[in-house]
Order: sequence, then C-alpha cells, then structure tokens
Amino acid sequence: MLATLIRLTGSFDLAEEGLQDACAAAAVAWGARPPTHPRAWLIRVARNKVIDQLRRRTAFRAHHGALRVLAEIESQAGPDNDDEGLFGDDLLRLIFTCCHPGLGVEARVALTLRTVCGLTTAAVAAAFLVSEETMAQRLVRAKAKIRSAGIPYRTPDRELLSERVEGVLSVIYLIFTEAYAGDPRQSLAEEAIGLARRLNTLMPGLAPVEGLLALLLLQESRRSARIDIEGAAVLLEDQDRRLWDRARIAEGLALVDRALAAPGSPSSFAVQAAIAALHASAPSVQDTDWAQIVGLYGVLMRIHPSPVVALNLAAAVSMAFGPGPALALVDAIAAQGALADYHLLPAARAHMLRRLGRRTEALDAYRAALALARFDPDRRLIEREIGRLRSARTNL
Amino acid sequence: MQYLLMIYTEEQAEAAIPADKMQSIMAGYGAFTQSVVNSGALVNSNRLRPVADATSVRVRDGKTLVTDGPFAETREALGGYYLIEARDLDEATAIAARIPSAVYGTIEVRPVWTM
Repeated sequence: MLATLIRLTGSFDLAEEGLQDACAAAAVAWGARPPTHPRAWLIRVARNKVIDQLRRRTAFRAHHGALRVLAEIESQAGPDNDDEGLFGDDLLRLIFTCCHPGLGVEARVALTLRTVCGLTTAAVAAAFLVSEETMAQRLVRAKAKIRSAGIPYRTPDRELLSERVEGVLSVIYLIFTEAYAGDPRQSLAEEAIGLARRLNTLMPGLAPVEGLLALLLLQESRRSARIDIEGAAVLLEDQDRRLWDRARIAEGLALVDRALAAPGSPSSFAVQAAIAALHASAPSVQDTDWAQIVGLYGVLMRIHPSPVVALNLAAAVSMAFGPGPALALVDAIAAQGALADYHLLPAARAHMLRRLGRRTEALDAYRAALALARFDPDRRLIEREIGRLRSARTNL
Repeated sequence: MQYLLMIYTEEQAEAAIPADKMQSIMAGYGAFTQSVVNSGALVNSNRLRPVADATSVRVRDGKTLVTDGPFAETREALGGYYLIEARDLDEATAIAARIPSAVYGTIEVRPVWTM
C-alpha cells in the first residue's frame, strides 16, 4: 500500500504520513465491519488526507511547487478495489527505486529495509550497529537524493532491466549476508528471503532471481547446524546433516534446476546456488562431488572473479585433490594482500597445514586467524582447534 | 529537469590517443551533439580549453588571490560540458552514456537547482 501511495503522491514522506493517518482513521471507522476492499479504502483515505495537508500548507502562501504537486495528486485517482496486480506493480516500482544505482549502497539497503520490508528505523539501525540518529539521517539523505536528482519512480525500461535487477539482487544478498555473519541478526535472513520471494513472484522466470532465491534457501537451510551447543561455529564438513532444513533444500534444488536451465551464460548467483545444491544433496562430506564443486568455482572465477571466490576454490581443491596443491593456491592469494583482514584465509591455511602434518605452521596460522576473527562462534572454533593441535603434540 | 553533464578525462592519456582514433571520437561528438539538438534535450554545451589554460580565483579576507591552474590538481580534469533538459535521472544518465568520452573518462551528472 505504501508503494501505491508513493506513486500517487510522489513523495515517500507524504505517503508515510498519509498512511499512518488513514490507519488511525480506520481504527475508529471500521468497528466490527471492515469495508469490502480494505486496502483501497485505506489508500483513498490516505490520499485525501495528503491532499488536505497540502491544501492547508498552500492556503496562506502560494508555493508553486506545492500547488503543482497538489494538482498532480488530484489528477490521479486511487484504486477502486484491492487489485493484486496493481499493488504488485507498485511494489516493484518501489523496490527498483530503493535499489537505484544513483543511491549509495548503504542508502539502498537502508531504504529497502525501511520502506519495502517495513522495519522501523531503530530496527534497521540495530541491524547495522549504528545509532538510530545515524540511520535516520541516512534515510533522510537518501530520500532527498531521490527528489533532488530526479530518480524516477518507475520500473526500469527493458534495456536497463537486467542490470537493474542485478542491482536489486545484490542489495538483497547484502541484507542476507549481514545477517549470516552473526546470530543476533538472524531475522534479517528471513527478510532477505521474503524479498527474493516477492521479486520472484512479481517477475517470474528470471534466472538470476531464481538463482538468488535458491542460494538463500540453501544457505539458510543449514542454520540450525552452524553453531554447536557450546556456541562454537561448525564447519560445513562437520555439520550434522540431520539438522538441515529439508523443505528449504527441496525448494532450493527445484529453483537451481530452473535457474541453470535458462539459455545463455549462468548468473553468478545461479552458480553459487549450484555449489550449495551439491552440498545440500550430498549425504555426507565424503560423498560430496568435490571435483564438480571445483569446476563450478572455476566457472564462478570466470564470471565473477574475487579473492574470496579464489579462496573457496582452494578449499574445494583441498577436498578434491589434497591439501598440497590447495596450499599453493592459498599462498598465492595471500601474496596479493586483498584478504589481509579476512580470518578465513589463515584458517584455511591452518586446516591444510594440519592435514599435511606441518603442526607448528598450522598453529601459527590458527593464531593469525584468531587475531582476525570478529565473532565469538568463529573464535571458539579456532580456539578449540588450537587446543586440539597442542594436546596432540604432547601426546607423542 | 535540467542536468549538467560534466566530462572528466585524463588529459595526458587523451593526448596520447592516435590521430585517426581521435578523429573518430570527434566525429562521435559531432553526431552526439546533433542528436541532442534534434531531440530538444540540449540547452547548452561547450568544450573547454585544457587545465594549462585555467586560472583560479579566491577572495580571502578582502584579498583577491589569482593563481595559475585548476582549483585542484586531480588526475582527471574537466574538459567540457553539456547542459541538458531531461525527464528524470535515468534519461539524463542514458544521454551521458552516449558521450564519446564516457568510454575512457567519467561523466558527472549533476541536477541543476530549480528555483
């Protein structure tokens, strides 16, 4: 509904105020019997309240700008009934506007969570560990940029659509990964999945969208197995697969098939989902098709190269072909320096060194990883590995 | 809405472009300018002389300070501009993307303040 009101009034703030007033009016007017089309009612009342507001503001001083806005609002009638198609179109417009490339990434994420997902400013602030004041300012500036720079409230034209969809998907993935890192923000993962689902419903049959939704479902399916009872992180290869959410996996696997079946080169999310799918459908670590996973990371390196992808490729090589060649790959990545603050790099080295029997170097690498690890579950896991290695030495 | 499209390029790199390539870039500019004239989007446009010809003026404590050079020594320098009329930012950026220097430089798109 907010999306429709933004379209009708041309303003995020006016729409929000109008909707709040309309809801208050509904609480009084509906009593025991809500109208046949409650959403259309709310929109009609909200629109009228916005018009009243603007009329009052322009009564004393003729602001040309305000008069123009008023004329535009009065010329657009709201919906007569609760038309899902219309609300869906407006929601798409809102999503694309919030994720417009003319806004900075932080602004896009904040605006999407606030206006599309409906989180309070305080909740969005908490999710990104900033003060409510800071987040409120970020939102104000984002809406100001939309107004001042003329960011349009439209679903993009066909030529721009695929790159704009990619933009929306990366915002959704950012929301998901911020939740992935630390437990207190688990609820954001569900918001991300909800967004991906809504996008998939509104724009069905787009392989990159299906790929992202599949990836999120498959990664989230492992949540219960990720942390053990002592609060330590559990690596994928050590997870109790009985704790994986099979319903989510089934849904994810079906989507991966569709995403990969599409013609043309696969999207990066689809390839990542395919890797997750191989893990999800393997009964155990040993029965996992690691060689194919290595191949898929190779594909990913071609379409979306990054040091993190290279590191994941090395980890897969370690499982498929042994720690020796994998270690050489990791050392090459380390030499480039891009992952200097990433605890998973020394952790991966430590893992490989341990498998090669090079215990002293493994301990050094684990200590380096511990120094970089930010979250408790990761720290506990590394501390346990260090403890295990040290006691193994003394047991000679 | 009016937008100022500011063309930023590395002058040294541009000077190193071979003559025949530069000719086709110039022809591209001619075609682009004609197209925005035809569409009615063009308000004004100019190519600027290089930063070696720039002079900066500041007035501080009542004193006028005139110095040789641009306001800041940056790698990319302002080489020209197009002032256009466009429906919204998407239309403005689509026009900016067609400016020939966009493939090797940067076009800054800034909305003009409406009174």
